[in-house]
Amino acid sequence: MWHRSASFIIDRLAQNENVTNPDSRPLSSASTVMAADNPNPQVSLYYQTRAAHHGVVTSDWLAQAQSAVGHHHDDSLSDNYASSGEEDKKISVVDEFNNWRQQPDLAEAVAAIRALSSVIRSSQATTMMELEIELKRASDSLKAWDTTSISLTAGCDLFMRYVTRTSALEYEDFGSAKSRLIERAEKFGEISYTARKIIAMLSQDFIFDGCTILVHGFSRVVLEVLRTAAQTKKLFRVFCTEGRPDRTGLRLSNELAKLNVPVKLLIDSAVAYSMDDIDMVFVGADGVVESGGIINMMGTYQIALVAKSMNKPVYVAAESYKFARMYPLDQKDMVPALRPIDFGVPIPSKVEVETSARDYTPPQYLTLLFTDLGVLTPSVVSDELIQLYL
Amino acid sequence: MDPRRVPRAASNPIVRHVGFFAPGAAPDLSQSGPPDPTSSSPPVSNFSPSSNSLSPVMIPPPRLLSTDVSRGSPRGPPLSHLHAARAADYTSIPVGSYNPSEFISPTASTEFSEDLISTKRGLRSVSGKFATSLPARGFDMAAVKQKRVLNLDPDVIGFVFLEKKDGETNVEERRELGPVSGKTLKEKTTKAERRAIQEAQRAKKASDQGGGGKTSAAASGVNSANANKIVKVVPLRKDGSMVAASEKKGGDRQPDKDRKKDVSHPRTRMQFDDENRVEKAKKRSVVKQVEVKNRVELFRHLPQYEHGTRLPDLEAKFFQLGPVHPSVYKVGLRYLAGEISGGNARCISMLQAFQESIRDYTTPPEKTLIRDLTTKLNCYVSFLIECRPLSISMGNAIRFLKTRIAKLSLTLSESEAKASLISDINRFISEKITLADKVIVKHAVTKIRDGDVLLTYASASVVEMILSHAQELGKQFRVVVVDSRPKLEGQKLLRRLVEKGISCTYTHINAVSYIMHEVTRVFLGASSVLSNGTVYSRVGTASVAMVAHQFRVPVLICCEAYKFHERVQLDSICSNELGDPDAISRVSGRKEINFLSGWMKNENLQILNLMYDATPSDYVSMIITDYGMIPPTSVPVVVREYGRENLWMQ
Repeated sequence: MWHRSASFIIDRLAQNENVTNPDSRPLSSASTVMAADNPNPQVSLYYQTRAAHHGVVTSDWLAQAQSAVGHHHDDSLSDNYASSGEEDKKISVVDEFNNWRQQPDLAEAVAAIRALSSVIRSSQATTMMELEIELKRASDSLKAWDTTSISLTAGCDLFMRYVTRTSALEYEDFGSAKSRLIERAEKFGEISYTARKIIAMLSQDFIFDGCTILVHGFSRVVLEVLRTAAQTKKLFRVFCTEGRPDRTGLRLSNELAKLNVPVKLLIDSAVAYSMDDIDMVFVGADGVVESGGIINMMGTYQIALVAKSMNKPVYVAAESYKFARMYPLDQKDMVPALRPIDFGVPIPSKVEVETSARDYTPPQYLTLLFTDLGVLTPSVVSDELIQLYL
Repeated sequence: MDPRRVPRAASNPIVRHVGFFAPGAAPDLSQSGPPDPTSSSPPVSNFSPSSNSLSPVMIPPPRLLSTDVSRGSPRGPPLSHLHAARAADYTSIPVGSYNPSEFISPTASTEFSEDLISTKRGLRSVSGKFATSLPARGFDMAAVKQKRVLNLDPDVIGFVFLEKKDGETNVEERRELGPVSGKTLKEKTTKAERRAIQEAQRAKKASDQGGGGKTSAAASGVNSANANKIVKVVPLRKDGSMVAASEKKGGDRQPDKDRKKDVSHPRTRMQFDDENRVEKAKKRSVVKQVEVKNRVELFRHLPQYEHGTRLPDLEAKFFQLGPVHPSVYKVGLRYLAGEISGGNARCISMLQAFQESIRDYTTPPEKTLIRDLTTKLNCYVSFLIECRPLSISMGNAIRFLKTRIAKLSLTLSESEAKASLISDINRFISEKITLADKVIVKHAVTKIRDGDVLLTYASASVVEMILSHAQELGKQFRVVVVDSRPKLEGQKLLRRLVEKGISCTYTHINAVSYIMHEVTRVFLGASSVLSNGTVYSRVGTASVAMVAHQFRVPVLICCEAYKFHERVQLDSICSNELGDPDAISRVSGRKEINFLSGWMKNENLQILNLMYDATPSDYVSMIITDYGMIPPTSVPVVVREYGRENLWMQ
């Protein structure tokens, strides 16, 4: 079913190719570089994965989803991974990563971390230096594979830091040092995997009975937060934005309806209209940057602006592996992640289409960040990053 | 993730302290150093709460007075040097904020003799006007029926502030202390109070000896025994001058011990509106300094000397060098002449001069290298301060060097110790300055895109490096150089940029609001970045940053991390530097617009030539340092994480 929806998207993309004029949109240097690996340079790989995971919500997909409630889709996948991962050691890190990435519940960064730790496991290196170089190469190739994914880059960097930054390694023989590395890698993977649960737990104090929460886009962390709140018998209402163009809000509303949470769907432009009723805004993040701002799905910035002008708190739920060492000064100061937009009608080739998929929300519009390191103000993010990377 | 973060496991999320928290134990109060106005000697500190109650017996020992007065009254500065002096005694390795005493070694702390303190306390003349503070413990205020000002601040604890302005007295009575009978007094004397009384009596005795009879009449005040007695304060005009005279006498009789200490402990942060202090400083200074007469009221605490009087004098003295090493002398002269300017250049030349002097240094017999060299260094530093006030970056460098000296192992031979110090200085210059600049340039060019219009103000060496590097990388951009009178530093920068083939626009700061709308990035240098994100830089920077902020143009500050300081500053007043007022009153080469020539001596004309200003962190989008690009809110993180590393660099 997942693959079906994914292929559905790919088909649609091919159609879009024909409709829109490719040279009307300048390609970023980054996307041309990765064009070799990326079958479709028009679309950010990151968003392809997300689309594959979350799917464009179509009516037939919804029908299937309804019928398949309670079905754990990732069981089979993780099972067949477990066998394949152990078997062929020669597998390239990108394949390994893609393999992990198939699991919808597994964040990209965690998938990267697992792929990298399997690199350590299968490494033939005989010295620490060799292993480090190998690991470095693997993480570089992963990063180069998709430059638009912030959490992938951040996850790789963090992993390298976490694994190689241990002084004990120097005094041990290679065998035990390697096993220690694997141990650390697994621990890190574990930490990252449980991060979502921690965030959900931390954020419970902020959701009070009777509150109305505005959610933008589909974020697994936010869903986890709301799910935990629903499970602890909190009474709250959720407003979901539609989340054009991939309509991620519809999927979130679908998930919430399953949890018996009252949901209301808004079109993206109705945010300011309904801000009066809203008590807080909850968003996820593609990446948390050094200024303490976030990079997230297109539309987050304007929601934050509206919320700020109406004095509503904006909360961000993000795992610490999304903390990235980047510092965008304005909206254009990042590698653009492009995503096709289906307007339903053919667009004349003279008309330009803004296909950027995400925007940058500066820290002054955010109230708090819920991370697995604790509840942080935006300015602490840089504190954490400095401690992590320097 | 480094080992430090291991305990933060996934299983138990820790809601962490957010904001400032000291890594270790809170510093001891007595150690907390000069910046904290409440810091006082331990036995006294428990006084202050009770001082607000209606008990005039609360007499603090003299040492507290300075601190309390400086806090309690707007006339604070006159006394605060005393405070600074005392604080320096208590501070071993200062932990507080930026303060000159950081550069001062924690060597022998000689106690001020009591009589010195009490005489100083007696009276202080402030810029021709008299402000006198008389101890008037137990004054029965109700009984004082004159129209005279008894400015009795409860915080001042039994101190009466008498202020006279041009023969006119202004009446302001903040609080009346009720009469207290001897009975209640007896009941209420606690241990602390008794101690206070004792101290006061000692002080009285001392002042009697030091200041002569006339002072004692007014200054000693009434002790607790005759608390009800009406004290007749001698009419001010006469008394003021008399006390002033006696005070001077007391000051001259300063024991040798103190004088010696003064030499080895230069007080960088002198309050220059305190005439006595200035008088004294002048006596021991190498450079002959003539102070400018008409200084702007708000900036009287800053030194300002008449231009051109110092250099010839100093040059003449070159062959009768005192304790100052020739290389340091040379650097000082060049500071004075304005040949070396710019934070990095000044810092490097100073360090190199120190290196030279260390090379020529031999430990005198019966002295240890660590102590003697620190004293020497203090002497050099005070000389350099006389030439031009230190920048914060230089302060940090000096602090680094002193820590290195103090950390020298005693087992090292003299030559080994010297070699290690010299290599330390070299390492500081290369790592903290040269290499840091390279890293900053590397980071900053990533923020320059094709088609950008970059604005820069004045002339920052790092910004110049960034622009030329971006040009080498083949980026397409245009530069707007904004400049200002009187230094016109931008012209030099402009010249070098145009030579490199960069397309430039040159304008003065008056046009910044016009030019800003076409700018996409503002790159600025900084003299220092303070803990609250305030950027302390060439005057005018704040206006440029403010205009840029208003136009939503990102402001990028490029500053090496060694210029960061844990001090917090909210305005550009309390710590700044004054330039030559002539420079702004006169336009060289244009006689027809010299409307102010000959007006310099006019008392109604006060010319302010400020050198630096403080840019609030709100206007700063990003600070580019050798530790990467950080928001201004993260300056304290860098200071906390790496400030220590700087000092204890191994």
